[in-house]
Amino acid sequence: MALAFDEFGRPFIILKEQEQKTRLRGLDAQKANIASGKAVARILRTSLGPKGMDKMLQSPDGDVTITNDGATILEQMDVDNQIAKLMVELSRSQDYEIGDGTTGVVVMAGALLEQAEKLLERGIHPIRIAEGYEVASRIAFEHLERISHKFEFSATNIEPLVQTCMTTLSSKIVNRCKRSLAEIAVKAVLAVADLERKDVNLDLIKVEGKVGGKLEDTELIFGIVVDKDMSHPQMPKQIEDAKIAILTCPFEPPKPKTKHKVDIDTVEKFQTLRQQEQKYFDDMVQKCKDVGATLVICQWGFDDEANHLLMNRNLPAVRWVGGVELELIAIATGGRIVPRFQELTPEKLGRAGLVREKAFGTTKDRMIYIEHCANSRAVTIFIRGGNKMMIEETKRSIHDALCVARNLIRNNSIVYGGGSAEISCSIAVEAAADKYPGVEQYAIRGFADALDAIPMALAENSGLQPIETLSAVKSQQIKENNSCCGIDCNDVGTNDMREQNVFETLIGKQQQILLATQVVKMILKIDDVISPSDY
Amino acid sequence: MAVDKLFKDEATEEKGERARMASFIGAMAIADLVKTTLGPKGMDKILQSTGRGHSVTVTNDGATILKSLHIDNPAAKVLVDISKVQDDEVGDGTTSVVVLAGELLREAEKLVNAKIHPMTIISGYRMAAECSRNALLEKVVDNKLDAEKFKADLMKIAMTTLSSKILSQDKEHFAKLAVDAVMRLKGSTNLEAIQIIKKPGGSLKESFLDEGFILDKKIGVGQPKRIENAKILVANTAMDTDKVKIYGARVRVDSMAKVAEIEVAEKEKMREKVQKIINHGINCFVNRQLIYNFPEELFADAGVLAIEHADFDGIERLALVTGGEIASTFDNPESVKLGHCKLIEEIMIGEDRLIHFSGVELGQACTIVLRGASPHMLDEAERSLHDALCVLSQTVNDSRVLLGGGWPEMVMAKAVDELARKTPGKRSHAIEAFSRALVAIPTTIADNAGLDSAELVAQLRAEHHKEGSTAGIDVISGCVGDMAELGISEAFKVKQAVLLSATEAAEMILRVDEIITCAPRRREDRM
Repeated sequence: MALAFDEFGRPFIILKEQEQKTRLRGLDAQKANIASGKAVARILRTSLGPKGMDKMLQSPDGDVTITNDGATILEQMDVDNQIAKLMVELSRSQDYEIGDGTTGVVVMAGALLEQAEKLLERGIHPIRIAEGYEVASRIAFEHLERISHKFEFSATNIEPLVQTCMTTLSSKIVNRCKRSLAEIAVKAVLAVADLERKDVNLDLIKVEGKVGGKLEDTELIFGIVVDKDMSHPQMPKQIEDAKIAILTCPFEPPKPKTKHKVDIDTVEKFQTLRQQEQKYFDDMVQKCKDVGATLVICQWGFDDEANHLLMNRNLPAVRWVGGVELELIAIATGGRIVPRFQELTPEKLGRAGLVREKAFGTTKDRMIYIEHCANSRAVTIFIRGGNKMMIEETKRSIHDALCVARNLIRNNSIVYGGGSAEISCSIAVEAAADKYPGVEQYAIRGFADALDAIPMALAENSGLQPIETLSAVKSQQIKENNSCCGIDCNDVGTNDMREQNVFETLIGKQQQILLATQVVKMILKIDDVISPSDY
Repeated sequence: MAVDKLFKDEATEEKGERARMASFIGAMAIADLVKTTLGPKGMDKILQSTGRGHSVTVTNDGATILKSLHIDNPAAKVLVDISKVQDDEVGDGTTSVVVLAGELLREAEKLVNAKIHPMTIISGYRMAAECSRNALLEKVVDNKLDAEKFKADLMKIAMTTLSSKILSQDKEHFAKLAVDAVMRLKGSTNLEAIQIIKKPGGSLKESFLDEGFILDKKIGVGQPKRIENAKILVANTAMDTDKVKIYGARVRVDSMAKVAEIEVAEKEKMREKVQKIINHGINCFVNRQLIYNFPEELFADAGVLAIEHADFDGIERLALVTGGEIASTFDNPESVKLGHCKLIEEIMIGEDRLIHFSGVELGQACTIVLRGASPHMLDEAERSLHDALCVLSQTVNDSRVLLGGGWPEMVMAKAVDELARKTPGKRSHAIEAFSRALVAIPTTIADNAGLDSAELVAQLRAEHHKEGSTAGIDVISGCVGDMAELGISEAFKVKQAVLLSATEAAEMILRVDEIITCAPRRREDRM
């Protein structure tokens, strides 16, 4: 009750304006929460797997997104329900942490909630369910570790990496050329990877898209592509062996930070000021020229006069280059970002073998390619595609593939895909449940059932008989003691995922199970929902 | 327990069959909308804008029609998007791409109703698209090496493109204009260099290509109207009161006399600047920015023609034509490259006076002057010409050419049909459907021309059964004709782009099984 009594026995209300709030408590609250969690999972369920369908999302401004990526769908879905928002967070955190498996994690959480509902109806206390889930998730986690395989790759043998990236890409619309895209992703990651430290800075990989052409034209450029053109239309379009001055100061008269005023009260002052001004431009351009730069890349704009002087002295320049791109250019060319003209020295210049401007299509779209850089640690993946939505979706898919490749470099353990890992975990959890005394046993068993949901959804989306297929695969796994049996989504004819080359990363799978369990535990612990009603 | 509310107010969700139906219907509606504009006998549409003045556009260009539509259906937006991309990328075929995508979806709907999984349809479509592309690749003709033939090819392509537009009456004239203009570009695809000036009045036939350059500006008062052997300085500089660019500078004086002094200094500064410009030894000065009347007067005194406020593109083009550089500082006259031309004069087109630069050094840019009865007519003529120019400039780079008039579609359909017969499994239905969708394009062309499409297409199919047939629909005489003889050609690049983007779009829409629409953002009522 939200009603309490003060020391004089007068009633007062703790929660203000009771009638204006809706409130759900106890079992009702839990059930409502579970129902909304399940509803979210249901939306994503059909997107799972290589034969999963896409969703079309229309934003408040009418823009259309077509995607199959769980995190993107949920992010753009405009949900209002609190629990649904939790699920959105869940897939987002999977996206940040792993980058792939964002759909799977939500489906998994939905399945766990569904099992929890059944257990609740049997009268098991939510906390006991939560604890049982926790135990079960630990079992599954360790089991995954056991069935995982280390797999070897090196800078020369990238085949295993490509195979894993292909598994990720096969569920996206780009699966038409998954092979080439997977190769691009792996090469890009290897180009920037620090194999000794086992880390990859994905910021060094720039994904740039341009509408037009076809998906097959997508290419990996060992260098940077900037969506800008030369500041003066008559500057050379191609520079070989460029020495690049990377500037963050504008070609304009300096603007001191301190507030000041220059008063002009005599004609002499007016004239000196004017000369001063012209000298500025001259000095700036001269300084760039003096250090031997053959290309200027600047974060800010140019004054018309400076622009012409640059042109006149045959010093091509690019203006209004974004901060991130500037950094990438600096990394790629081995140059330093110079904030003041005075600090320009020949050592601080970046070097690139070839800088060229390339035009696309019939409109005035031009881009600048900076290639053959001194330090090819920064790369660009340049995506072409039939329309804007296609490019956006390809960008997301490439991002997923990049994340997978990075995870493999960090930790080269893999498990087999196609639902085989889930089935194997489910068997292990089921077996462990019987040994566990107490009410939690039921929850653990529930967890095992929930694990079956992912292969089930895979089978369903591929047009197979879900229950029949799942039970056949499960018995096969137990009979042959082979944890690589999964759902044959592509109708290849074999259940063995090792032969089909369907891999997923171990950390991705482990993270999925842990995150899903955590969210479900959190949802189960809620027994009171108070929300302000609409005005 | 039912979930009371998952989404925000007004956000809607459509699932499974309903979602698929919504997207099929939306896409097909768009395709049907532009379908009647296809082909040489296609009809135009009138578009009335909702903005002030309710301005009216009459057009036949698919991309223009679709761009102006307000569409709510997300699937329809995908089609609008592909037609826009087609416009940006190759410039023509904007209607065909939408019609083909619409037909693909129409066929897909039948297959879905026959309980074939969308993914199966997609994989069939992909195989078919690949197969048709290869079929086209086998048949292309490349005349790049033979300049004469290549030019003839370009002429044919231009005529074919223009024949479906308002310019079809004078298509030969305009095709020649377009080919000449594109040949001047020497392989560059930068259409910016071709300027199109529209002047109402006269008839379409009076349109002409000018080898020089025409600037839609007036010559300043008191300045020479005709200059021979002009030396031109193209500039982008402020010719009003030249501001002090140092930050924080301001004028603060304590007496009127000082103000006058500074004013004099300012004038002096301007005079110096003008003097510097004149010292370049020029007799024509074109500035992108305003020229105030004080410097203008100075120029007039020196006998220099000063043209102000030429827009940026104009400046760039002028620089291209005359070979000068765009200057902003004037301290080193010897290092600035000046532009040259034989003659600058004021000419009259209709009632307007324009500045004409002739006998230019570099012939990279040129001007096409369009004449026509009304602004609507001119707008449409410009769009048509733009299409033709785009196609031609793309063809110059990729010189592979195909025949037109439904010929490529029939070639593809034949190859796809054969593939369907060879493919085992459910996919063959999808492949067959693809070929039906391809045939829909010649069918539509015939329908629009008021011909008996069923009869014609059947004849065409029979013709194509022979090896190396060149048969297509001859809309003018209303029967099956030899496209090679009639000289109807299309660029391979356009056809390929139509095929690939239509398939891609159809695939995208097919993959969708759920549509989630967010609540539309509310606009504040400013009233």
